This record gives sequence, structure tokens and C-alpha cells, in this order.
Amino acid sequence: MNKHMMADLSRRKFLVASAAVGGGLMIGYVPTSFARADNDPVTSLDAFIRIDRQGKVTIISPMIEMGQGTYTSLPMLVAEELDVDMANVTVDHAPPSDELYGNPALGNVQVTGASTSVRAFYLPLRKAGAAAKAMLVAAAAEKWGVAPATLKTKLGFVVDASGDRRLSYGELADAAAKVPVPTDVPMKDPSQFRIIGTPAKRLDVKGKVNGSAVFGIDTNIPGMKVATVAASPVFGGKLSSFNEEAVRKTPGVVDVVRLENAIAVIGDHYWAAKTGLEAAAPVFDEGPHANVTTADVVAALAKASGRTGAIAKNEGDAAKVLSAAPRKVEATYEAPFLAHATMEPMNCTVSVSETGCDVWVGTQIPAICQQVVAKALDLPLDKVRIHNHLLGGGFGRRLEADFVLQAALVAKNLKYPVKVIWSREEDIQHDIYRPYYYDRIAAALNDDGMPVAWSHRIVGSSIFARWAPPLFKDGIDPDAIDGAADMPYAIENFRVEFVREEPPGILTGFWRGVGATHNVYVIESFVDELAAAGKKDPVEYRRALLQKNSRALNVLNRAAEISNWGTPLGPRRGRGVSVQQAFGSYMCQVAEVTVSKTGEVKVDRVYVVVDTGVVVNPDTVVAQMQSGVIFGITAVLWGEITLDKGRVQQSNFDSYRIMRIDEAPKIEVEIIKSGENPGGIGEPGTSGLAPAVLNAVFAATGVRLRKTPIDSQLLKEA
Amino acid sequence: MIEFTLNGKATSVDVPEDMPLLWVVRDVLGMYGTKFGCGIAQCGACTIHIDGEAQRSCVTPVSEAVGREITTIEGVGASLSGKAVQDAWLNREVVQCGYCQSGQIMSAVALLDANPAPTDEDIDAGMTGNICRCGTYIRIREAIKEAAKTIEAK
Repeated sequence: MNKHMMADLSRRKFLVASAAVGGGLMIGYVPTSFARADNDPVTSLDAFIRIDRQGKVTIISPMIEMGQGTYTSLPMLVAEELDVDMANVTVDHAPPSDELYGNPALGNVQVTGASTSVRAFYLPLRKAGAAAKAMLVAAAAEKWGVAPATLKTKLGFVVDASGDRRLSYGELADAAAKVPVPTDVPMKDPSQFRIIGTPAKRLDVKGKVNGSAVFGIDTNIPGMKVATVAASPVFGGKLSSFNEEAVRKTPGVVDVVRLENAIAVIGDHYWAAKTGLEAAAPVFDEGPHANVTTADVVAALAKASGRTGAIAKNEGDAAKVLSAAPRKVEATYEAPFLAHATMEPMNCTVSVSETGCDVWVGTQIPAICQQVVAKALDLPLDKVRIHNHLLGGGFGRRLEADFVLQAALVAKNLKYPVKVIWSREEDIQHDIYRPYYYDRIAAALNDDGMPVAWSHRIVGSSIFARWAPPLFKDGIDPDAIDGAADMPYAIENFRVEFVREEPPGILTGFWRGVGATHNVYVIESFVDELAAAGKKDPVEYRRALLQKNSRALNVLNRAAEISNWGTPLGPRRGRGVSVQQAFGSYMCQVAEVTVSKTGEVKVDRVYVVVDTGVVVNPDTVVAQMQSGVIFGITAVLWGEITLDKGRVQQSNFDSYRIMRIDEAPKIEVEIIKSGENPGGIGEPGTSGLAPAVLNAVFAATGVRLRKTPIDSQLLKEA
Repeated sequence: MIEFTLNGKATSVDVPEDMPLLWVVRDVLGMYGTKFGCGIAQCGACTIHIDGEAQRSCVTPVSEAVGREITTIEGVGASLSGKAVQDAWLNREVVQCGYCQSGQIMSAVALLDANPAPTDEDIDAGMTGNICRCGTYIRIREAIKEAAKTIEAK
């Protein structure tokens, strides 16, 4: 994947440089189709590196920051090759543009997701940094009348061979902007790295500890009003009526807007809007989904699991071997709908005026937001200006533009900017949920208890069919099968299918760890079942299966070692293991749990060994492992969105439980030193967690759980 | 008019008495460091200090602030413990998305002001009302211990 995407970026784009507005050097990539007559594409377009006359370096980051550390790791790539101190680097949010900021790992769309940021920009940003450095050196060489090869750089300065003369990058920036962009500039050999691979302080955090960081919800535009909304509690319902007199009488309420499926009340402040919304007491025509329950959804999935699916991978003849097998293990696994519950509730500020539309938001998809708003308001694309912000959590929720579209529709008929803030209840009950999955899986075992045939039928909705329809091809959703069709174990008769079954009215979307979160859960739980069926140790069993997968085997062996695998734990305590290869990274997690007599599971400790190729910021890798583990525990212990009468039954943190500090386990992380291409780290910490915990629960109690979240009733001491 | 002290400054606002302090601070006074997370005192993102005690401002009517000292994340760094906690947060690289951290810091400062040498159990009790969806709890714990040491040394 890496090779492909790096080739893609260099084929479609070329490096250009120009003078920056206000002086200095600007350098970045533009698509070949962008070559323009004015020879000045970058000045107006702002990609990717700006060096001003004071030598301050600004990275206009193609990828957004939602906590995962991108606003530090991407600048590190530039700083490494440019040879500047990270303390002189700042980051700006990029404006919307697929052409300039498209993610080469995700179809050149401006999307931050699927743990691709470092993977996609590892080479392009280094190359841009190296080119900028070469141009600064060339500018100094011209000034001094010497050959560029005789010059060196040192942390923001070009120095001559004698060491007597030096010029700062700031002093050289104007002249460097006139130097032709080098076409083939060498990058550092990794052995020369002094920034990549060392822990860097995050660039985005100072404002986050003193209250000055600006998230989308902190937008403050002169004349702005604040709105809150209530959409039909049943998906697909429509607004029929509300008490207009009561809402308009509410002190501080300035307006009320009727949308097809929702009401928006606008006030001088959120409190007035909220009070007004309560007074409005909206009534909805609930439509065809008014009686949907979770049981209906599951029954439909169970029925669909009887169908043959689209074939994602088929090697050998799994069906034949399975039907003739003397020893066979079969199981059904279920995974629930999940909400994202970002700490910053959905919000978006919009101003519609004669000059077009301004949108202030925190989003993972700036260019898609621009397109959605332009279409909704019938404006040309360049009349919609997206002002992106720091995101108070993303986890996939901010890969959706539903709340942005809604805010634009509210603002459309107003003469002032409006900030629409969802209540937490609205946020939980109108999420776009991680799909409910219902998987059927089977394996045939040989006399040694090892699998000789494997059949995995994934049953659930297709996110891609809605989110990016061209990528839903031949009945296969690439996310639904991620981590299943390409699992770490090689089995000669191997079949993975996908059956698409959409739940009535409920939209499904990407959720941290994406496809792998569901597939690693199923596969790693099932491999544990196979080991148990053959009365083998779970680690030994996986070792036997991983003999040809050295990176996976290595993380497994290291994790077994640091977790003291095989040493005894107390009664109702157990260890569980999971192995995954996903997002270009290899990972093994070992969880230690204690199950109380009443069946409550406590995760005491989690060991993580990760081989993510070349590491850019090791401290961020550790942080993302800690983060992913805790996100995963929340889901496996408590995460569940259920429906009754067409409504989501959970509403706030009292009914949608999130792990708290007193419940958090100890987490030990080991990073494997590796020269392989960089892998992703935001997602995988979550995707391997559930099976490690469930396998530990099995070790502690002998009870195999095939449905999450954990039902403590099943774990009560007999 | 409702009058109180906000980060050391005499402040008066003309708002309904039952309006939560959170929205007074954010939408009326334009100080956006204090965050809205749940509206029902479940997540702690809105934590502020009233006379030095941690309170969930999303459920605290502004009438309760009358005549009292309110401190928010924008002002907490003026105290020794506030500064020590902010520094420890940076030093330990606690922060990820950062949205909950205003509230985490306000709770941590109140904890340390009341208990300069908290045990793990004290930290659990003092911080359990603050949710972090990024799961920065391990570093929050370390940072509180580091801040406690800094405060003790001064």
C-alpha cells in the first residue's frame, strides 16, 4: 500500500515554490492539472510549508488534529529534512481542497482517517522539506558566490565551509523563493535522523492546558447567535408541529427554524435556545421506522447470515473441506451498534451572506463539508469557505457532514451567523453508528488441532455504499472485510464473504479501529476457541500458525515474554491474547482480567507490543496505544446502542458509559525497532483489545462470550 | 444584575438567575476555555472553582455564584498549584484532543489544594467525575503526582 500511494502522489503532483504573501518562501505540491499561467499557484493556495522572513516555519497540515498527534508528527517530517528546530515550527489548519490536501492513501480526498496520515505523507513532506532546504542553500551559495555543495545547514541556518559565514533561513527566504525547485533532491538516510524517532513535544497542547485552544464549539463571530436542535427521535421521521407561541415567548429566544426532520431554536445564548426548545415540545411524524427494536435488527441479520455473500477471498475449497471434516468448530459472533461520544458534541457555525457562506467547524473532511454546503445552498464551491478547527475528538464521527449540512440549512434564512450546538442527548441519539455485525465463522481442524479450512461470513451494513459508493464494488465493502480477508494466519482453504444487510433507517459509519475492530474481535476470539478445542495454549497455537509471518510472530513472542505468559494468576483471574496486522502495523495485546463473583470484569493490566515500522514520534505511539486500549475497554465492557420503538435508548454518559480514571488498567507498551514503512497507530490499539479481554475472561472463568458488551450475568459464579 | 469575582476581576451580568454558570461564562462573557460536555454533571468538562472548590458549571445556576470567587481554566494558572498542574500536564504530554483537559486540570488543582499528597485512591476519588474519551488517565495520574512534588518543593 505504501509504495502504491507514494507513487501516486509523485505521479499526480509536483513540487512548486513561490514567494509567500508578506515575503518568504512557500513550497508545496500541486496537481499537474493545476499548472497555471500566473506561475504562482502556491501563494494563493497555501500548501504545505511557509518560511517567513523571521525564519518561522509554518506547516499547513493536510491532515487534521483530533488528538492523535498529527500536528506534531507531520511537522517532524518537514523539520527533519529542512533542518530546523521543532520549537520554530507552527501548524495551520488547511483550507478545503482535495486537489492540494487530498490524502493519497484515501483516493486523494481530503480525509483524515484509517490511521493513514503518517503513512500517506511520510515521503511527500520529507521531500518538500528537503527541497526547501536545497533552495535555501542555493540562495546562500549565490549570495556568497560558492558552490552549494560546499555549504551545510544547521538548525535554521546555512553555514559555509569555514564556519565563518552564516545566514538564517529567514534572511534567505525571499531569495530562495526565486530558485528553481529541484526535481530530484536527496532525502536523509534514516541513520541520519535526529528528529524522526525521538520523542517530540506536541505542538498543539499549550493552548489546551490554559483554555486558549479554539475548538469548533468555541467559535465566536460578531453578531453570532446560538442554536440547538431536536431531530426526529425516530430515524426517518419528520417534524409535524411544535408550540410556536411558547418558544417565541421564551426569554432570550430570537428565532425558530423548521427543518424537514428537525426543529432549531435560536437564542442569545445556548441556555435560551435549550429552554426554548423544551418549550417548543416538538411533535414528529415518526414514519415507517417507529416500531424498530434491536431485536428486529438482529433477527434480520441472523436471517441474512443464511445467504451466501459476496466473496472477498477464496483460496482452496473451504466449503468442501468443512463439509467433510471430522473435526469442525463453528460459532456466531455479534457486535453491537456503537456511538462515538466525542467529548465535544457535534456543532457547527455558519454565516450566509452576499459574499457566500462561511463555515466554522472541526471536521475530518474539510473538502467534503465544502461540497455538501455548496450543494445545499446552491453556491459555487469557492463561495463556501470552511474554517477548520481543532477537533474535540473524532473517532470517525467527524467523517460525516450531517451536522454541517443541518447548520447550513438553519443559517440559510437567517441574517446573522448561527452556531448550532447539539445537546449530548442529541449527539448520542443522532450519531451515525458503528454497524451491528453478525458473523458466522467455521473451521475444520486436522488431527493436530490445527485449522485446515476457514470460512468467515461477515454480515452487516455497508458503510462505503453510503459514504463513498464507488468503493462498494461487487457486493464487497472494503471496510467490512478489513482485517478478515488479510488476517495474519495462513490457512490453505480460506474463504471470507460479506453479506450486506442494512438496518431500517439507521445510518452506520466509521468508528475507531474501523473494520478491523470488528474482524479482529471475531477472528482472535475464534482462534482462541480453536486452541481450546485442541487443548492447546493460545500463544503456542498462534505461534504455530504464524511461522511464515515473522513480524506478527515477533510481536506475539515479545508480548508473551513481557506479560509473563504462562505464569499462574489467582482464582477468577486470567490472561488473554490477540494478534493483529492492520493499518500497516503489527500488534499483540495481552490483557489480564479479574472477574468478580457477581460477574463484573475488571481489566487489570494490558501489555501492548507494536511493530509500526519506522516510528516518527515514539511518545505519540505510546499515547495512542494507551488511548486505543482504554477506548476498546469501554466498548467491550459497556459499549452498546440499543433501539426500542425506533428510538435510541441511551442518551448521555449516565446511560452510555465511558471508562473513568478509577477503572483504567495499567498499560505497558513496547515498540519494536523497525526500518519498515511506517504503519498507522491511531486505530489498532482499539481493534485488538476486545478479543484480548474476552479471551482473558475465558481463561478466568471458562465462559466463552460471543457477543459484546460483556453480559456479567453469564459470568456469575455458579 | 448578578455580581461575582471571575479570575480575580469584579464581574456583573444581566442574565436569568437559573442560567447555568457554564453558559454565562461561555456565551455571555466570551470565555471559551470551560467546555460543554454533557449538561448533567456526568463528564466534568465544565469544571470550574467556586471559592476554590471544584463545581460542575453546567448544573450550577449563576445565582449560586453571587458574591463568590469563580476561577476558570483561563485564570487557574495564577495560583502556584494551578501553574504546577498545567506545567505537569505539558511535561507529561497528557493531552490528546484536549477537549476535556480544562475540566481535568480544574479538578486536579482542587484535589491538590485540598490534599497536597494524594494517594492513587485519592486521585481516583478526586478525578472520577472527569471523563476523557481519549483515555489519557494514565498520564493524568502521573501528572498529578508530579505536580504534587512541584508544589511540595516550593
